[in-house]
Amino acid sequence: MKNEYDVIVVGAGPAGSMAAKFASENGVSVLMLEKDRDVGYPVRCGEAVSLAGIEEFVKPDPKWISAEITKFSFISPDKTEVIIPFEGKGVILERKIFDYELANLASQKGTEILTRAYVNGLLIENNSVCGVKYDFRGKQFQIKSKIVIGADGVESRVGRWGGLKTHSDFRDMESGIQITASNINVDQNTCYFYWGSEYAPQGYLWIFPKGNGLANIGLAITGDIGKKKSALSFLNDFMKNYFPNASVLSSVAGGIPFTPTLEKIVNPGIMLVGDAARQINPLSGGGIVSGMIGGSIAGKVAAHAIKNDDLHKIYDYEILWRERLGKRHEMFNRIKNGIYKFSDEKYDQIAHSLVELPDEKRTLGNVAKKAVINNPSLLIDVAKVFFK
Amino acid sequence: MLKYNYTKEIVLLLIEILPDKCDFCGCCVGVCPEDAIELKEAEIKIIEELCTNCSKCVWSCPIEVLKFNRNGIEAAEL
Repeated sequence: MKNEYDVIVVGAGPAGSMAAKFASENGVSVLMLEKDRDVGYPVRCGEAVSLAGIEEFVKPDPKWISAEITKFSFISPDKTEVIIPFEGKGVILERKIFDYELANLASQKGTEILTRAYVNGLLIENNSVCGVKYDFRGKQFQIKSKIVIGADGVESRVGRWGGLKTHSDFRDMESGIQITASNINVDQNTCYFYWGSEYAPQGYLWIFPKGNGLANIGLAITGDIGKKKSALSFLNDFMKNYFPNASVLSSVAGGIPFTPTLEKIVNPGIMLVGDAARQINPLSGGGIVSGMIGGSIAGKVAAHAIKNDDLHKIYDYEILWRERLGKRHEMFNRIKNGIYKFSDEKYDQIAHSLVELPDEKRTLGNVAKKAVINNPSLLIDVAKVFFK
Repeated sequence: MLKYNYTKEIVLLLIEILPDKCDFCGCCVGVCPEDAIELKEAEIKIIEELCTNCSKCVWSCPIEVLKFNRNGIEAAEL
């Protein structure tokens, strides 16, 4: 290890690894610190992504793909099922292996990686972040850098220490819980989404197949709902009623910020990527691809700023992110605010009208259209997404 | 007598954490407006001086690890 690096990345998830990879690739020295013992573990994720989104960064490999998705199934509160063929291809990842692979890609480009390194403070000089303090196996260290990239997830404190407001309102934070269970007899190429107050009010419940009868079953609710009944309690009820014979192989909890990106994701010497920056699709809660995109832009911008000896250039990242995805996420957030507050009757009504459509007309675009009829103010936003 | 510590004058901590049940997921840290929760790999604690007992962490915890204890948390329990 060196005494000083150009860039220090805090957190080795997909966003951190992409930031590290792109910074290294563009010719600057990078150290990536991970607080956990293993990169990629524990997995706090439903693991569903679009293949096209991943392919921009890494060649698909069967060793981290556990199922291929060709259909969505939406289940309304009165159990009406609407099946929609998926345009394009989706996959369920094996994140443990996938995250490892991404960190390895960064490492191959020259990034140094240290696990079990818990960052517990920032070095700040002249109002600019210039390194980190960290705990490694019970000993305290510090190391300097020109730029710190915070990829420390939903619980990001690096951002706060760097003067960026990273906490989310509890009404926007979805509290999630997920189990990986066996003996789940569902179609192995379909992602299931359950809507309504029985399953997950102000959120949704999902079943994502992982092959061989395994599946991720999870749900997310907002803090407003959690006041009365926890996510854990909703999931226990669901499993008891629908899959009483399942065995649970793994169980995780996690927070999913269903919000647009933070207003500020850059301050002098510091940039935020991934969940730390709230780079999550606020309609679906998906954050893998958006985090990778955010990380890749940040990594490139950081390297250019350092090589041009003009650290102020890191502010370009905010603009580039907004153009690439930030604006879209704001629109998704408006749609979410409409859809997630529908009553059970409204979800049922939409499902009934969709089931009557012939197969070829049952597309995601039409689902959105039907939802819009029930809330006309969403029309403009949805139109922008689906009918451009 | 006990109320939300918006003035930061009340010293009694009312939020209880049950580390044995914790999954260390960080959801509570993500909603804490005061940066009053410290989370390492498998260690979690409330920073008493910063906590205002606002309870947002309690409402957000997916697995009921945080509790609001109206009698206050004894120093010995921390």
